[in-house]
Amino acid sequence: MISFLLKRFFSFLITLFGITVISFSIIHLAPGGPLSPLTEFNPKISPEYREKLVKMYGLDKPLYIQYWNWLKGIIKLDFGRSFSLDQRPVWDKIKERLPITIFINVISLVLILLIAIPLGVYSAVKAESIFDKAVTVITFIGYAMPSFWLAIILMMIFGVKLHWLPVSGLHSTIGYEEMTSLQKIWDWTKHLICPLFVATFGGLAGVLRYVRNSMVEVLKADFILFARAKGLPEKVVIYKHALRNALLPLITILGLSLPGLIGGSVIFESIFGIPGVGQLMWQAVMARDYPVIMANLFLISLLTLLGNFLADLGYALADPRIRLNHKK
Amino acid sequence: MKILKELLNHKIGLISLCIITILAILAIFAPYIAPYDPFGINVNEILQPPSLKHLLGTDLLGRDVFSRMIYASRISLEVSIVAVGISVSIGVFLGALAGYFGGIVDQIICRFIDIMLCFPTIFLILAIIAYLEPSILTIMIVIGSTSWMGVARLVRAEILSLKERDFVQIAKVYGASSFRIIFKHLLPNALPPILVSASLGLGQAILIESALSFLGIGVQPPTPSWGNMLIEGKETLEVAWWLSVFPGLAILITVLAFTLLGETLQDILNPKKEK
Repeated sequence: MISFLLKRFFSFLITLFGITVISFSIIHLAPGGPLSPLTEFNPKISPEYREKLVKMYGLDKPLYIQYWNWLKGIIKLDFGRSFSLDQRPVWDKIKERLPITIFINVISLVLILLIAIPLGVYSAVKAESIFDKAVTVITFIGYAMPSFWLAIILMMIFGVKLHWLPVSGLHSTIGYEEMTSLQKIWDWTKHLICPLFVATFGGLAGVLRYVRNSMVEVLKADFILFARAKGLPEKVVIYKHALRNALLPLITILGLSLPGLIGGSVIFESIFGIPGVGQLMWQAVMARDYPVIMANLFLISLLTLLGNFLADLGYALADPRIRLNHKK
Repeated sequence: MKILKELLNHKIGLISLCIITILAILAIFAPYIAPYDPFGINVNEILQPPSLKHLLGTDLLGRDVFSRMIYASRISLEVSIVAVGISVSIGVFLGALAGYFGGIVDQIICRFIDIMLCFPTIFLILAIIAYLEPSILTIMIVIGSTSWMGVARLVRAEILSLKERDFVQIAKVYGASSFRIIFKHLLPNALPPILVSASLGLGQAILIESALSFLGIGVQPPTPSWGNMLIEGKETLEVAWWLSVFPGLAILITVLAFTLLGETLQDILNPKKEK
């Protein structure tokens, strides 16, 4: 187990290193360098001022020194200052937006599991039934659905036509201060229904399909045949013997689906006007605010990597075959 | 039952193939099929609901939505085909290298794939696009160069499993070069799974392209794309439902067709998996 942990941790470090290199090079190998967005489109910036900026950001030094300085900054969570008018430190901007993005993603992950596991198991047990076919259809629509369009349609139906739900923001702007905390929670919930629906629907298809197929496979295994032959009741066979084995690899699948989930934040946050990191990323790209873009890219992929790492560990803890067999 | 199921599978494949063919015809012959000029502004016919004159209505500038959607299918297909071409080329190249040579080459490539997979695609694409002029070519290259990892893994696995087989060993004994073995003996055998993932990839590329265009960093107006038509749709939700419903529906149906085609191909090309 110890050697397994060490190995995993080592590969975590290498991947982390790779992430920093790629994040760094995207910005610095861009044509015109990182300052071009700031200076090229701004006639007011004189060559002298540009020189000053180059000095200030250390862009006159060799690339590997710049990379090293950037790394040293990251460790102290110093990502520089935003190019936008407020010129605030990048980390402050991200820090205040990270919780809401993580919150929405965690909730939608929980929802995905709560929906996918029962639906997937049931449709595997009743494979080839009408129910199973319906689940398959939902899965494929989920794969093909453009999430931004789903968001627009939800806005149209529940916001514009029925007036049931608000269409934008995290909470009401008028009268929010006077609400009791219960009313505030209700207000938040109403605002979050649509974004959560979009986030959940996007991630559901993959997990649902996985649970179904994995359950179908397990139900064909010899030990299930054996359990049935022993005369165990069908319920015990399915929920005790099959389910455990079918769901184990789900931990890894969830880890792998993290990038997609988090990536979806860009879309639903910018449509529903939710002040999370996804929206920040989009705004930064529109404004060519490179310190924010670079920090965002790095932090989001770091989060993904951490999620994958934890999923790996969880899988190893849950399944002895993994931690014992890895030496091969 | 088995035959019926296969028939059903093939029926789905047939339907998706039909949809894709119709789409391709619309795209290729757009100038002859579109009833109106997709750029033709008409101030007298702003925001007309669908009617016999304008099948899918008109937009804020009085342009015919149906004609614009036909032209948009051109862009979407072009972008996705080139993007998938790029991603399959990179994937096949790196996957073949890793699988065939193994050892340190394999380790470096696999590590690189792992690293690339940690970046949420949309974030990576946004970060790259922020430094480039948004153009159709940029989008093709960016989508293609950020979505090759699946193909690379697949090709690597196929080649790993094939390279110890007798026919490859014999080719080696006869002195065939590595290049020849990879391209003549190994890759043709790895073709079925590549085809499947290319078909699935086409659908995904259309999804990404339309999302980027919707976010304002993909295909730029006035060039119509299903994604950027939806920007206007979102702004006119209260008054013009047709502007947001139809382009989205087109994306959904197209992506669905490519996805189902990929799935059917998988079933047909890999009979072992069904058992």
